[in-house]
Amino acid sequence: MFGKLTLHDIPFDQPIIMATCAAILIGGAAVLGLITYLGRWRWLWTEWITSVDHKRVGLMYIMLALVMLLRGFADAIMMRTQLVLAGGGHLGYLPPEHYHQVFSAHGTIMIFFVAMPFVVGLMNFVVPLQIGARDVAFPVLNSISFWLTAAGALLPNIALGVGEFARTGWLAYPPLSELAFSPGVGVDYYLVALQISGIGTLLSGINLITTILKMRAPGMELGMMPVFTWTALGSNMLIVASFPILTVTFGLLMLDRYLGFHFFTNDAGGSPMMFINLIWCWGHPEVYILILPAFGVFSEVIATFSGKPLFGYRSMVVATLVITILAFVVWLHHFFTMGAGADVNAFFGVATMIIAIPTGVKVFNWLFTMYGGRIRFETPVLWTLGFMVTFVIGGMTGVLMAVPSNDFLLHNSLFLVAHFHNVIIGGVLFGCFAGMNYWFPKAFGFLLEPRLGKAAFWCWLIGFYLAFMPLYVLGFLGMTRRMNHYDNPAWTPYLLVACAGAFLIFGGIVLQILQLVVSIRTWRSRRDLTGDPWDGRTFEWSVASPPPVYNFALTPEVDGLDAYWRAKGAARSESPAYEDIELPKNAPAGFLLAFCAVATGFAVVWHIWWLALGGFAAAIAVLIASSWRAHAEYVVSADEVADIERRGRITAGSPVCIRA
Amino acid sequence: MAATYPGPIARLRNPAVTGALPVILGLGGCKEGVLAPVGPVGGAENQILMETFGAMMLVVTPVILLTLAFAWWFRASNRRARFRPDWSYSGKIEFTVWIIPLLLIVFLATLAWSGAHDLDPYAPLKSGRKPVRVEVVSLDWKWLFIYPDYGVASVNEMAVPTGTPVDLRLTSGTVMNSFFVPQFGSQIYTMAGMQTRLSLQADRPGTYRGLSAQFSGDGFSDMRFTVRAGDDASFARWIATARASRARLDAATYDQLAARQATAAPSLYGDVAATVFDHALMAGAGPRPLLRAAAARASSRQGVL
Ligand code: HEM
Ligand SMILES: [Cu+2]
Repeated sequence: MFGKLTLHDIPFDQPIIMATCAAILIGGAAVLGLITYLGRWRWLWTEWITSVDHKRVGLMYIMLALVMLLRGFADAIMMRTQLVLAGGGHLGYLPPEHYHQVFSAHGTIMIFFVAMPFVVGLMNFVVPLQIGARDVAFPVLNSISFWLTAAGALLPNIALGVGEFARTGWLAYPPLSELAFSPGVGVDYYLVALQISGIGTLLSGINLITTILKMRAPGMELGMMPVFTWTALGSNMLIVASFPILTVTFGLLMLDRYLGFHFFTNDAGGSPMMFINLIWCWGHPEVYILILPAFGVFSEVIATFSGKPLFGYRSMVVATLVITILAFVVWLHHFFTMGAGADVNAFFGVATMIIAIPTGVKVFNWLFTMYGGRIRFETPVLWTLGFMVTFVIGGMTGVLMAVPSNDFLLHNSLFLVAHFHNVIIGGVLFGCFAGMNYWFPKAFGFLLEPRLGKAAFWCWLIGFYLAFMPLYVLGFLGMTRRMNHYDNPAWTPYLLVACAGAFLIFGGIVLQILQLVVSIRTWRSRRDLTGDPWDGRTFEWSVASPPPVYNFALTPEVDGLDAYWRAKGAARSESPAYEDIELPKNAPAGFLLAFCAVATGFAVVWHIWWLALGGFAAAIAVLIASSWRAHAEYVVSADEVADIERRGRITAGSPVCIRA
Repeated sequence: MAATYPGPIARLRNPAVTGALPVILGLGGCKEGVLAPVGPVGGAENQILMETFGAMMLVVTPVILLTLAFAWWFRASNRRARFRPDWSYSGKIEFTVWIIPLLLIVFLATLAWSGAHDLDPYAPLKSGRKPVRVEVVSLDWKWLFIYPDYGVASVNEMAVPTGTPVDLRLTSGTVMNSFFVPQFGSQIYTMAGMQTRLSLQADRPGTYRGLSAQFSGDGFSDMRFTVRAGDDASFARWIATARASRARLDAATYDQLAARQATAAPSLYGDVAATVFDHALMAGAGPRPLLRAAAARASSRQGVL
């Protein structure tokens, strides 16, 4: 009846886990209770859960990322404290089988359920506004993408209380992840969760590419698109080209684990090396999927707050495209030490370094965007400057490891760990935070509190350096990653500093939460009534904050780069001729599919086959039912549009989260 | 060829730059890890590491300084800075910003290319002395070292004569691991049913730490071993001690050792069947792991997160 699942799979004997689960359940119940008490269920259902508005979907992506950031960060604090305690004969407080789940969950969650939803959310929210579109190309599909990602994010958290999570690291290399060496359900949770969210990501990629290629405002040629949209295009092309590789690779591993195939096993002719090649054919593009949109955010921020156009727009676009293409020919740098020949290693080493050229060009162009500017040091600018300084260090250590003979020394060491945190925190996460502070007023109609925002930035920045610079040194001292305890006393002081850094970052997170709370409580005094609080250059700033559901009452006409900036001076027509606007209706399909996906995924993990089949059948039924909807659109009449637009400039600023 | 490195780019070497890294990191006096090499492989790799690091610092440092300087000078409140609100293109600058990274990468690429060839782990080190052959097997969670020319073997302890190349053949009796002695240089994966090779050499006597650099499961953190490098006489003494051990290593005892999923104290085998490594190589690709899976599945449920 319940497959492999028994009561023993709930770790009642583990106080830390039980307390965490209890806290999550009580907290969850409190939230649900609060919604009921406030009578907000209908509002939640119509305004958010079933919304197919790209702005709402984008914001839900970002909220998911923020919540999961807390989970991933809790894992990080556990690891840092464990390593402080586990030196010189001590074993610390986390036994290996627990610790190994912590770092696997940490990596998986941070990449797939923090970084990914954050950048996808930003792209969802911003891209249609930047190109003068009323929504994405496939709004219902967009909602489905989000909900599948959310479903995927739920599963590792269920694994917390029911069963176990993978103990294999965030990429689950076989043969360790094969049944022979990981017989538990942990790897299955990992695979199922990522298969579900991977499909969501792929669909979202198709959606955004179509949107960018097909739905730009009249007159906007590709060469007039804002740079953020360009980077979003590159990123989504990488998604569409690489996520199928991930799906197939995990599919093959699932065949091994579920049906006794031997694609990646040690025995019967399987080849674990094939998995490692395939996973990095996805994995390296993945890091550029994450960083490209961040580059885009920095480009927008630096231009806006310098009061100048981006320097070298053409170079920026070319650099973005070169990175997009080269991202596919460097994957082998993740395993120079596998014993491939010198020519192979040398080729991939040089190919990897070549990526640093366009990346370097971007950095120089940001520099020269500041040159001759009048830089206003708002919170997004601080994140951007922090990024520029930090990222060149991370890029440098990346190029160091792209030299095969260096990598023979540094591979899998804490130096590597420092490198990728250097680029992912200093690049991707800083970019997301810059974007969040930059576009928040657009999304909600009021600005975030600046002092707390800046304080949070400083905690993050200093905390980052404290937490990760020692790891470079530890790599030189010969410490490898993923150790649970160690016997070398020389490492402890560095680990202590790293731990202190992690706690400083925790301070930054607390300040960010505080920033949100304070800003929401005092929103009236922070209203943005203009729709353009930063003196922006791109079209998202031409509409009210928050934008009306249809974004643009009249589709903007575009005649070049920064068209909105140049149009600012020009007078607006007083009585524009509005037209009826057709918009997609809400759709529950995404939410229902997520429900089916969680049930099916859970069932597959535990081999509860009746539930798996039932859940899958239900998912198909939802899809069929939702594609037969007769009336998928509704119309906002020209009069209503005129009305909304007239009120828009006055009531703009009443935030969506507060407006019932 | 590692032993004969400096390669073709030796002319460009600038000790003032290449010596900077340990100093910057305050590691000048460090006695351990990859920056304290004791042999030609690690030495040559360090050389390249310092050169590449130095070359990049030449570009990275000015970029960081310029970032801070531009941001400060062009702050909105500084009315002395010239505001050029429409300036967004300059052919000369565009050219320069492409050419600087390009030149840097051309330089680094030559180092990468020659380094990858000079330090190819498969290429035997050139030396007047006959190499010592060692066969290495990674197991759950320990290392087995077999000396086919001497008929001895050891667990979690490896001895090498100084000044003599050590030719390693490596495989795994379990999941993938990476054989790594940081002070010797070059790590390499060990993979079941497959063989990798590596040539190393220690020039200074001493005791060095070795470990697995590739995560391999529950006992991974304990997969440490000790390397004893000494002159020929001390190596001969170690061999003699090993020979004196009455433990025998053959296919059957190897299977027992491999099946015991635990770390192990260093130990010696005085009598080693010639075919053990080949057996390990075959067994790695054989059906054994599946049987272990059944055993493992029967074991108690593990912790959760
Ligand atoms: C400047 C360009 C970059 C270069 C030359 C570079 C180079 C490298 C190399 C050679 C490795 C493999 C090292 C090893 O496993 O021994 C690596 C690992 C990694 N890099 Fe980068 N990198 C660059 C930028 C980035 C960016 C922008 C990101 C992410 C946004 C990133 C994320 C990662 C991650 C996640 C890993 C390690 C994953 C793992 O093994 O678990 N890198 N990088
Ligand atoms: Cu990569």
